[in-house]
Amino acid sequence: MSARVRPGLLRSALVVLRKDLLIEWRSRARINALVFFALSTLLLFSFALGPDTRLLGRSAGGYLWLAIMFSSVLALGESFRVESENAALDGLRLLPVDARAIFLGKATGNAALLLLLSAVLVPVTLAVYDVRALEGLPRLAGVLALGCLAISAPGTVYAAIAAQSRARDVLLPLLLFPILIPALISCSKATTLVLHGDAMHELGSWTGLLIGFNVAYWSLGVLLFPSVIED
Amino acid sequence: MVKAIRYGLPVVGALMMASGSWLGLSWVPAERDMGDVARIMYVHVPAVWMMLLCSLLNFGASLWYLFKASWVADALAEAGAEISLVFGTIGVLLGSIWARPTWGVYWNWDPRLTSVTVMLVTYAGMMAARRFEEDPDRRARVSAVLGILAAASAVLVWFSVKWFNSLHQPQSSPSTTYPELVLTLRWNSFAFLFIAAWFVWERYDLALAARAGELAPPEPPPAPAQQGGAA
Repeated sequence: MSARVRPGLLRSALVVLRKDLLIEWRSRARINALVFFALSTLLLFSFALGPDTRLLGRSAGGYLWLAIMFSSVLALGESFRVESENAALDGLRLLPVDARAIFLGKATGNAALLLLLSAVLVPVTLAVYDVRALEGLPRLAGVLALGCLAISAPGTVYAAIAAQSRARDVLLPLLLFPILIPALISCSKATTLVLHGDAMHELGSWTGLLIGFNVAYWSLGVLLFPSVIED
Repeated sequence: MVKAIRYGLPVVGALMMASGSWLGLSWVPAERDMGDVARIMYVHVPAVWMMLLCSLLNFGASLWYLFKASWVADALAEAGAEISLVFGTIGVLLGSIWARPTWGVYWNWDPRLTSVTVMLVTYAGMMAARRFEEDPDRRARVSAVLGILAAASAVLVWFSVKWFNSLHQPQSSPSTTYPELVLTLRWNSFAFLFIAAWFVWERYDLALAARAGELAPPEPPPAPAQQGGAA
């Protein structure tokens, strides 16, 4: 047997990411379900609010993020459910791969999926809630990317915890939603500023908070994830 | 000695709380602006302090567990989280009773109020996750991870809601208030501290006993009766 060099952290993370994206691509079931779930959430919010166009326009940012957050629970739960089939997670753990690489790969894959979802949701939100992005689409894309990364880092850790417990469907939102409050606040504020203009130049501080949230949870995830999945 | 302290804590705590209530309700002069309403502060502030102290205990014990797994650390973390939940709930309820006559509302989006509430929900989620996990080893590890994430979230929630909106009283320093107020507040804080320490102690013992019960080898099956039992 030839002595193989153990792959580095980033390389193994890329392999895990590739595996997750491949599984997703082959069925495309998760992203389809997510898109329709998120779209119906957006519609429900607008029905709950009533036909007042100005009110709808003002709330668009917040509702967009609520729709993404609610769908993220489904996406994250599913990303570990596929691992529980045929004890795939045990197989993954047995490989000579750093557990941190599993976190990085899975969390990036989840972020990519959420980003794809939000790319579908944004045009619908702009149309249904009748707003146009005043500060430009590149900024909106930046906020979306930061927001999806912010959801997926703690989300992947909590999904791993919930997936191995008795009540995984109840536990994940219960654990995840309170932690996401800072991300939700800054994402909806930043999105609202991008959509309706940023007269007071507040966008910078909300993005800063979002970046801080990302730095905190991606580092905590890398540090803590190995103790979550070790057995 | 340990026994004396253990049984002394609730006695001293109860006596101090009784006398502290007298101090706060009739000895201290009424506050200049808020009048008698402000007297609730002598229990509200210590309750929230004890909540913070117990969450600090939970954070410390969680770190301890991840570095060196021990049932003592796990029991301390469990006690810290649960007692923190108790005092936090008392603090928020008292604060909201005080807020009605002072601010005119029971609830507002003040940063301290919101952060404490989010923290309570986070701890409630952690307690739920503990209930759903049957393997004591895994439960301890998962709740240590949750404890650290909860502490990180407390900091982020604080900053995000602080920028979101603010109405809470700024903290006073002892030098800007009258001496009777400081004395009563300190007296009550020590009363709460003794009660909280007693709670934590009892809860810690309970947690250790529960672990011992879970980890004990199963009872041997009852020996078959020598002579025929029932005719």
